[in-house]
Amino acid sequence: MQVAITVNGVDHERDVDPRTLLVHFLREELDLTGAKIGCDTSQCGACTVHLDGKVLKSCTLLAVQADGADVTTIEGLAEGGEHHPMQTSFWENHGLQCGYCTPGMIMASAAFAQDNPGASEDEIRHYLEGNICRCTGYHNIVKAVKQVADAAAT
Amino acid sequence: MWPNKFEYTRAGSVDEALGAISDEGKFLAGGHSLLPVMKLRLDAPEQLVDIGGIDSLRGISANGELSIGATTTHAEIAASADVQAMCAGLASACGQVGDQAVRNFGTIGGNIAHADPASDPPTVLVACGATVHIQGAGGARSVGAEDFFVDLFETALDDGELITSVSLPNCSDCQCAYVKFPHPASRYAIVGVAVCLKMDGDTCASADVAVGGATVKAVKCAGAEAALAGSTLDDAALSAAAEAVKADIGDWLAGDIAYPEAYRQQMAGVFLKRAVAAATG
Amino acid sequence: MSTRIFGSGIKRREDPRLITGEARYTDDIKLPGVLHMAVVRSPYAHANIVSIDSSAAEAMDGVVAVYTGEDLDLAGLPTAWLIPDSDLKTPEHPALAKGKVRYVGDGVAMVLADDRYRAQDAADAVVVEYEELPAVIDPEAAAQAGAPLIHDDVEGNIAFTWAPFDKEASDEAFAKADVVVSERILQQRLLPTAMEPRAAMAQFNAATQELTLWCTSQNPHIHRFIISAVTGLNENRVRVIAPEVGGGFGSKIPCYPDEALVSWAAMKLGVPVKWTETRSENYLITIHGRDHVQHVEMAASKDGKLLGVRATVYAGMGGYLSTAAPGIPTILHGLLYVGPYTIDSVYCKSIGVMTNGTPTDAYRGAGRPEATFLLERMVDNVAREIGMDPAELRRRNLIPAFEDGYDVAAGLTYDSGDYPAAFEKALDMAGYDDFRQAQADARSRGRYLGIGVTAYTEMCGLGPSQVAGAVGFQGGLWESATVRVTPTGKVQALIGASPHGQGSETTLAQIISEELGFPVEDIEVVHGDTTETPMGWGTYGSRTTPVTGAALAHASRKLKDKARVLAAHLMEANVDDIEYADGSFSVKGSPDQAQSIQDVALMAHLAWNMPEGMDPGFEESQFYDPPNFVYPFGTHIAIVEVDAETGEIELQRYIAVDDCGPQINPEIVAGQIHGGVVQGVAQALCEGVIYDDNGQLLTGTMQDYCMPKADMFPNFELGETVTPSPHHPIGVKGVGETGTIASTPTVYNAVLDALAPLGVDQIDMPLTSAKVWGAIQAARS
Repeated sequence: MQVAITVNGVDHERDVDPRTLLVHFLREELDLTGAKIGCDTSQCGACTVHLDGKVLKSCTLLAVQADGADVTTIEGLAEGGEHHPMQTSFWENHGLQCGYCTPGMIMASAAFAQDNPGASEDEIRHYLEGNICRCTGYHNIVKAVKQVADAAAT
Repeated sequence: MWPNKFEYTRAGSVDEALGAISDEGKFLAGGHSLLPVMKLRLDAPEQLVDIGGIDSLRGISANGELSIGATTTHAEIAASADVQAMCAGLASACGQVGDQAVRNFGTIGGNIAHADPASDPPTVLVACGATVHIQGAGGARSVGAEDFFVDLFETALDDGELITSVSLPNCSDCQCAYVKFPHPASRYAIVGVAVCLKMDGDTCASADVAVGGATVKAVKCAGAEAALAGSTLDDAALSAAAEAVKADIGDWLAGDIAYPEAYRQQMAGVFLKRAVAAATG
Repeated sequence: MSTRIFGSGIKRREDPRLITGEARYTDDIKLPGVLHMAVVRSPYAHANIVSIDSSAAEAMDGVVAVYTGEDLDLAGLPTAWLIPDSDLKTPEHPALAKGKVRYVGDGVAMVLADDRYRAQDAADAVVVEYEELPAVIDPEAAAQAGAPLIHDDVEGNIAFTWAPFDKEASDEAFAKADVVVSERILQQRLLPTAMEPRAAMAQFNAATQELTLWCTSQNPHIHRFIISAVTGLNENRVRVIAPEVGGGFGSKIPCYPDEALVSWAAMKLGVPVKWTETRSENYLITIHGRDHVQHVEMAASKDGKLLGVRATVYAGMGGYLSTAAPGIPTILHGLLYVGPYTIDSVYCKSIGVMTNGTPTDAYRGAGRPEATFLLERMVDNVAREIGMDPAELRRRNLIPAFEDGYDVAAGLTYDSGDYPAAFEKALDMAGYDDFRQAQADARSRGRYLGIGVTAYTEMCGLGPSQVAGAVGFQGGLWESATVRVTPTGKVQALIGASPHGQGSETTLAQIISEELGFPVEDIEVVHGDTTETPMGWGTYGSRTTPVTGAALAHASRKLKDKARVLAAHLMEANVDDIEYADGSFSVKGSPDQAQSIQDVALMAHLAWNMPEGMDPGFEESQFYDPPNFVYPFGTHIAIVEVDAETGEIELQRYIAVDDCGPQINPEIVAGQIHGGVVQGVAQALCEGVIYDDNGQLLTGTMQDYCMPKADMFPNFELGETVTPSPHHPIGVKGVGETGTIASTPTVYNAVLDALAPLGVDQIDMPLTSAKVWGAIQAARS
């Protein structure tokens, strides 16, 4: 089936098997391997992208459902060669170790901080229930998100 | 992680969807209940009819009663000022489904069609006397939420029928809350309790109570309702209601090895009290 | 004067590629014409294979081949830790089961197709007829007479019995004690759950006979060795590449059937073959951790002197013996039984038992968490028995500070430690005495607060090789490294270890920068490719910073010695008059005359003007075999509140004071502790494998297996003391596992402390709300 999806500002048209999950479309068809697959039950959030501005677990949508949509992946988050503030904050705050959950974590957090300026640490920890990290113990991730959320409030 | 092969049809209207669906087919709205089970190959429909693009199925209207289109997302419901005003418990429950990404794309219609007993919205729909509006090849019908949920993952939907909307009576004069004890892994409800109280000063004039998570389906709890109604929601009434709710759900208990039925049953009593506190707090 | 980098929490060198999604993990790598492998896996824990019919699968679109165990000409997967004096049996572990399956997930057939979806379709279409056999999961039950026999050549399912200590001496110590406490402790199975599932892709060049295997490995050189042995290819024709690896926690140490299968298929079919496990598959087939049933006793005097500890351990091995499995509940476990205490008598009998569970192997801490938990649990039990505050009991029994070697009854020589200093610091940070008052006040109001205190030390930085040999590890435990400086003064450090999230590219660069003065931005650490890097034994056992770090420090010092001589020659000065500071060599008394390390590197490459006898080039290598383990230590404290109505536990505070010697990058050290603590706390509170009686995994997805999430934790309160290791060139100790080792008993004991007034004295982990609530009801009735 033919789909047309804009990803990181580039229009892509492809013929796909309808059962293709969006995450596989991104990774296999477009070779955008930033979105990772860490579970098969929509729990871990490693595949998080933005679809029409909203956070989405790209393993839980068929590519055909995204026909006509505008998708942003971690590869498209930086603008003008500059890291997105959430990318910078993760780096500065040691908010990652093995890096596998990181693209999804950053995509989810970037949307959250924008929508929730000044969010409290508790709110951040609650929000992150959809993104699992095995390395960092979340401490520095929370710190990284808080820094951006605080900056967004000023 | 690899769904089975299926035929895919994108429907532009309800009629088109009803015309396209086959006996082995399923409707696909947000896909956030269906795709997870297909990824594990626990379900393998031969056909999916995508209703996600049908505009008439989406949106919230508030004309005397609350009407919510089947493909309205949990996030839209949770954020809706109308829902918050007319059924605060439903806004709360939809705000507790999954996580933000799931709420952004998961729909109320898909959720209740899946009829996971540990999901949050059904419990409120049953407590608040919602009606599920259904359309099939043979026409439209409406079923009360209490009758809609039949058993574990089983609803009153017949093959080929489509949920078009859910309606709820205006509950803006109620004290309404949904409180959940989440499973630490899945965040589905170990037990979820919805209460909807009509207060007359300090006295509870009437109470609606439903329990999910601990049960194979969302269960309306008449005993607990009777214990609360007419009381001032004092400790004695709450304790009586907590005891009664355990009996109310006694025939419908669900559990697993980690959180057995008996534990969930006890917790229904605890969380009933917490739900009342949340509703009146 | 450049900024001092050693000891500074600089940003990580590896992060730019990770925060942008540009890093390439195994599944991210594409090869043209690749076939995808799906494995048909046993749905039964224990069954005979009656027949396999793959005809329907073979006829499906895109399917190239289907193979069963009978088709393979591969050697079995080896067990590589042959513990001595234990009557060890190593049953055959074929890459695909032959005749019999021994756990749910055991591979039965492999399908190769042009697409992942179609490979799975075909795998589902392979028809396997089984004759189901009774299964056994509990290791103690599996060791009893009459249990289902899993391997014909492992009598009674007992793979080994390890009991190296003096039983009579232990009995004497216990006979003399005023107090003996005991407990049956269940160290539940855990799922390591590296966020990146395992993956493997193989490509074979028939003309050169070279096999390239990309895989999720913590130790590509060990993988090369095993793949060479299993396939029969010469080791120098096998190239193993561990690209970006998304966490391991021990689960990416072993060589699994899947790596052998893609290699074999790539050789057989002449096209690249790729396999990536799903999370559900990962939970079935990638090793599990822990799985002990322990019968533990501790002896003490009534005035609080700890006299002895002993245990009989039934350690579940699962259906096959994984690569390092026998060493985990033995060498890495029993030798740690005195912990940081002056306990004079130790006995451990560890019985390795085959079961119908997934094979177990090293999982973060590997044997040491299981030892620390039982020790700390028993100390709390003694405290309760004799009516002494558990912190005070620990204080009285801590080994006093020592700087260079301390022999303990378990046979180890600890390198250095000041346990009392870390202990008192942690108690101060927690406000221990004030908490006891607050706890009493809360109890009077019907609220149940608890505190848990763990003092620990552990053995890590695994080496030396002589010890490895003595304990039957089928490899060395040294590391090697090359520091290569280019003519333009940029550094490539090639290491045999294979970090996968630890930040070693940064930490190790900081060591080189400290030694040689190169800016850290100019130092690249190269790892993970057996062709590009020198031999090494891998990243596990908190050993990369201590062992590889030492190799790099020594290689750097060799370069510095060379540079000093060359600089003296170039400046026509006496070597003894050369002073070094911050990457610059100058002549004493003539500060204007200087040669930077970069200048020297260039001149060494040009070799226009070398001192007599000096070889050109600017590169040095070092093989480093540590003289001893390193022994980090510390004290952790948790404060919890239990909701007696529901059994829910809230972790309110977590204090960790750790001593890993000098911290090269404090932010990276803190990150290791944060992550380790969360893994250990999760064992206490929520993680645990559940099988049903037939050996079906009930916690088969993240829906059921409780991975810790951000909202379960407070911010952690970290403190440190600094006690260098006397035998290490820069004094550092490992820190990758301390958090996991210390935190499980800390939180467990805190919960039991909270529940003490309710009469609860034991609950099996994990402490789910249902179990805690059930224990409270049982104690009340």
